[in-house]
Amino acid sequence: MGLFDYFYANRKSAEVAKERLSILIARDKIQRNQPSFLPQLQDELLAVIKKYVDIDQDDISVRLDRGEDCEILELNIALPEKKSCRNEKVGAEERLP
Amino acid sequence: MTKIIVVTSGKGGVGKTTTSAAFAMGLALEGYKTAVIDFDVGLRNLDLVMGCERRVVYDFVNVINKEARLNQALIRDKRTENLYILPASQTKDKESLTMEGVEGVLSELSESFDYIVCDSPAGIEHGAFMAMYFADEAIVVTNPEISSVRDSDRILGLLASKTKRVVESRPPVKEHLLLTRYSPERVLKGEMLSVKDIQDILAIPLLGVIPESEAVLTASNQGVPVIVNRSSEAGMAYHDCVARFLGEDVEMRFIDPKKKGLFSKFFGGN
Repeated sequence: MGLFDYFYANRKSAEVAKERLSILIARDKIQRNQPSFLPQLQDELLAVIKKYVDIDQDDISVRLDRGEDCEILELNIALPEKKSCRNEKVGAEERLP
Repeated sequence: MTKIIVVTSGKGGVGKTTTSAAFAMGLALEGYKTAVIDFDVGLRNLDLVMGCERRVVYDFVNVINKEARLNQALIRDKRTENLYILPASQTKDKESLTMEGVEGVLSELSESFDYIVCDSPAGIEHGAFMAMYFADEAIVVTNPEISSVRDSDRILGLLASKTKRVVESRPPVKEHLLLTRYSPERVLKGEMLSVKDIQDILAIPLLGVIPESEAVLTASNQGVPVIVNRSSEAGMAYHDCVARFLGEDVEMRFIDPKKKGLFSKFFGGN
């Protein structure tokens, strides 16, 4: 039995559709309100970090949250697993003017 | 006061042109002077669905380019005196729909029409943008299919940010959800997103539900807006939508599975 069957075999397809759509549309909405430079920022950050650590595109996420009087740039980088230690997650928050 | 209605969806093939034709005809039958404009430059089809394809001489772009007067390009519907069609250009470039040109045509129409229905092309390119830009109300046509629902959500985002009303800080475009190709039987079996599912996701008021119906294809084959066929479920459902749009309180129909007769209960399988 494949993974697909395992998750979806016993569920109605409409239920699956609604769940997938809800997640997707929530994500679309977040991306829609993000400034257009974010993907490029993400790319350039990736290039810099790659010089020192071996990470993939998927290991880095950049998002901007708007508060009432400030904007928070959230940067998440998942560092690769080392032989001896577990996955390490570095979170950095920076206040923009 | 003239109302400009855009019929839009993002995704293609969900029933924008069918809805534009039916809705415009419905408004005209209620006695309102109505114009329906095809914004799909290069892929003109509204004239076919309305059954006036052989009477097209001038088109929307000819009027914008001042190669023809508006009343030369408007085609009067043969079935009702209140309905006029402005066909799209089949040959010109999409970019020929200029902001000033479209605004000029809409404001000239506003002098004598009660309703202007703008049939948007699929996608979110220039033509779709022009169709929605001047709208007062929007009918967002959606199928119970994930790609269609997602695209509708995208269109709702554009309606809330890229229209003249937003630019001028006027009240936003009034949005209506129109669900087409609905099959209550498949919803009951859990094979199709329900009205409620889609409403939960898109969160705009429901104008109506058009059931999957053979009458829609038959009507477009014949060049007759399906609303004219008052014995078909689709025709009745569109009629209800127009009534609701005009402020009547009409109960939703065709959203529950048909009651099975005794015979099919015993012998009909599922």
